Amino acid sequence: MCSALTPAADAALLFADPDWSYDAVQRTYDAIEEIAVGELGLDVYPNQIEVITAEQMLDAYASIGMPLMYGHWSFGKQFATNELLYRKGARGLAYEIVINSNPCISYIMEDNSMAMQALVIAHAAFGHNHFFKNNNLFRQWTDAEAILDYMQFAKTYIARCEERHGARAVERVLDAAHSLMDYGVNRYQRKRRVSPQSREQRARDRLRYEEKSYSDLWQRTNPVDAGPERDGDGGDQPPHPAELVPLPEENILYYLEKMAPRLEPWKREVLRIVRQIAQYFYPQKQTKVMNEGCATYVHYRVLNRLHEKRLLSDGGVLEFLHSHSSVIFQPDFDDQRYSGINPYALGFEMMTDIQRICERPSDEDRQWFPDIAGNGDAMGTLRDAWANYRDESFILQFLSPTVMRRFKMFRLSAGPDDPEYLVEAIHNERGYRRIRKSLARRYDVGLHDPNIQVVESNLDGDRTLVLRHEVIGGRLLDREDATAVLQHVADLWGYPVALEEVDATGHGVLREHQRVEPRD
Amino acid sequence: MHIIDRRRNPQGKSLSNRQRFLRRAKRQVTEAVRQASAERRIRDVADGERIVIPTDGLREPRFHHDPVTGHQDGVATGNKTFREGDRIPRPGKGAGGKGGRDGSADGDGTDAFGFVLTREEFLDIFLEDLELPDLMKKSVSRLENTKPERSGFATSGSPTNINLLRTMRNSLSRRIALRRPSNDELDALRAEIADLERTAPDSRKLDELRIRLGLLERRTREIPYLDPMDIRFNRFEAVPRPITQAVMVCMMDVSGSMSEAMKDLAKRFFMLLYLFIQRRYRHVEIVFIRHTHKAEEVDEDTFFYSRETGGTVVSTALVEMRRVIAERFPVSDWNIYAAQASDGDNLTADGPEVAAILARDILPITQYFAYVEVSGGVGELLKTNSNLWRIYAPFATSHDNFAARRVAGRGDIYPVFRDLFTPEKQSV
Repeated sequence: MCSALTPAADAALLFADPDWSYDAVQRTYDAIEEIAVGELGLDVYPNQIEVITAEQMLDAYASIGMPLMYGHWSFGKQFATNELLYRKGARGLAYEIVINSNPCISYIMEDNSMAMQALVIAHAAFGHNHFFKNNNLFRQWTDAEAILDYMQFAKTYIARCEERHGARAVERVLDAAHSLMDYGVNRYQRKRRVSPQSREQRARDRLRYEEKSYSDLWQRTNPVDAGPERDGDGGDQPPHPAELVPLPEENILYYLEKMAPRLEPWKREVLRIVRQIAQYFYPQKQTKVMNEGCATYVHYRVLNRLHEKRLLSDGGVLEFLHSHSSVIFQPDFDDQRYSGINPYALGFEMMTDIQRICERPSDEDRQWFPDIAGNGDAMGTLRDAWANYRDESFILQFLSPTVMRRFKMFRLSAGPDDPEYLVEAIHNERGYRRIRKSLARRYDVGLHDPNIQVVESNLDGDRTLVLRHEVIGGRLLDREDATAVLQHVADLWGYPVALEEVDATGHGVLREHQRVEPRD
Repeated sequence: MHIIDRRRNPQGKSLSNRQRFLRRAKRQVTEAVRQASAERRIRDVADGERIVIPTDGLREPRFHHDPVTGHQDGVATGNKTFREGDRIPRPGKGAGGKGGRDGSADGDGTDAFGFVLTREEFLDIFLEDLELPDLMKKSVSRLENTKPERSGFATSGSPTNINLLRTMRNSLSRRIALRRPSNDELDALRAEIADLERTAPDSRKLDELRIRLGLLERRTREIPYLDPMDIRFNRFEAVPRPITQAVMVCMMDVSGSMSEAMKDLAKRFFMLLYLFIQRRYRHVEIVFIRHTHKAEEVDEDTFFYSRETGGTVVSTALVEMRRVIAERFPVSDWNIYAAQASDGDNLTADGPEVAAILARDILPITQYFAYVEVSGGVGELLKTNSNLWRIYAPFATSHDNFAARRVAGRGDIYPVFRDLFTPEKQSV
């Protein structure tokens, strides 16, 4: 009855009512899918959209976005902080949380208006989803199929441990494991190792073979070579335990899990759980700019396209633009609100710029990006970038002078005792490359996290575990926190732990931390 | 694509983590609550509050770079006037500007941590600090009981609450309005048809009547006798238990001999008393009377925080209380509670006067008179009885509604209330 009264143009709108409904969400989803998959060529996991309340959103925040999480006080602390900020109105809630799983789960809040839901669906269910499915870091390191099952296992396992060994004991192990979370990650594909059992089996087989084919004659004519035969997996002696995980080892949690001499089996499993979770989030840490940029770029394209197709009303577009522009807001360095470079802003700006370079390049672009300038295939170029880069390499490859000018970037540096910063480069011909290189380095996790490795375990001696920090650019560890973490390491290892900070360029030991003894 | 509504899923998934967190931070939280309750007004004691606790023991250490060491470099945005080679002052650590980048990027730079406790959590901790037994804690932090009372009708409810009268009345009026034929009407028509069938089987009237009957029967089928929209349920509203009002008169000696620690103890005593009284009465007024050698009614801040010098004449406070009650709180409308805190000093000559006013004017009209004698430490308890104690002690045995206790620490406050609120004495 109503449709007869409304103008014909509006009859095609996906939704007219600002409140959302299941029908409208479904309709909008279909329309977005048509654009995202049909026109932009995105490739996504099947989607599952879950409607939750603001309080549930706070819950989800506290458990680092996972729908299932084991219990630990730090999540409660997280929740308390978020809740306080939210109540004070100091911080709004994210409109969405998306989980890298198959099917890809996106949470949307019940309070969002329909235009916001459309934005969220385009952003999370297509933008992030495409990135999760296609970026090679995620493909290589995370298993979207299994994560939810694994979290279920982790949650029940830890709850069982609490029942059996007491909440306090489990908490201590988790505290320790969390403090080493950044060092529970395999950065490189590991060589498949022979398990101790199969080593033993192999040794037994060999022995049996020798017994069978024993001939006294050989012994006499061919005396046994006295030299040690130690070629890793072929030796007939049982392997020295220290060989199971060769040193140096940068995955400290892994090392402790495998090698800590006195750790109880359940604690090893807990370490393993924390390690798996750290590994799962590792790609996200390296692709913040790209991941958010991709999602923001996709929602921007999709919603504008919806408007072009007259599926979205002008009011809807204005609402979307309002939140879009606050998401990609980048304050200047001297602004109160400045807290580093906004990954949404940088990612979005770079991706729209790639589109521009592909479609309407200037001479400068042709010079900087001969491969892609004017190739006319913006989506293809972007999809390729999304699949094959991480933040560091993406910025190094694609940050264009246009974007640097647009953000008015400049590079600062200072030595440890300088009272002033030196402006090393600004957005001009001389500075572009230096700025780009410097910015890319900031997103290199390898440089951001201190490089700490296990270098000695002294398993035959006093079993002191020695960690080494390779210092780059004279940046030492925060002493207080380092001591606290070392204490955790010592508790897990069960014997003393030492940490030395060594200059990576070979200028000797810069600082030695006090040996830490395990607590009982 | 699936859309799943998770809003009905259990809320408060983080609750157990929150409890873990509170347990972990117990020492700090207790300290913070202690401080918060010292600062807040008596009346607000039971509200939840934002508390700030230091983060020691709650830190989650990680290996991270010390921002003051080594060579720093980075890229910032929004350059306006800088040129290559310029030097700009370096802001202090963590002081906005560029420092923010390094200061907050790694490690948690905060050394205090604020969050909100719910009313229950706050009370739990507050009462625990006073070393109340569990049973008592439960009864204090319990929310006000309400009683359901009939109030009108509702269109939804449980079947047991259906109001038949109202439902049938609605049904009737609807049937009348929609002209649903009554059974009598139908029976009469059927009888008439049967009659005609016998007498004039072919008459036109018979056909008409049959059509009419068909019509009416259809109408009967389509208009139900009882429609869901007729149904009314009795509606109940939760009404708090009958409101009674009480006034709590706090009296304190503010002469120089009362130290801050003593006042803090007194304040806790008053707070706890307020909690207990508040549980029983919906509306509680508090009157503050401070005294030296003369007494006056003051507001709460003055009561606790301003200093006054002078001698100590307790009877003046009792006289003032008598005056306030006579003027504003008629005994017929108000339950009167009095709480007095003092270090026990009193002018020796004032003794008989105090005893007389107490026995004659105060005790007969008060529900309860609680006197706490605060002392700085255990040692003081051992000294001989104070002036005031010697006067008050006999009343404790002669009057049921009088209690006197000596309090040296927080833990001593509770026993006063055990007397005050043991069930056999709940004779209000």
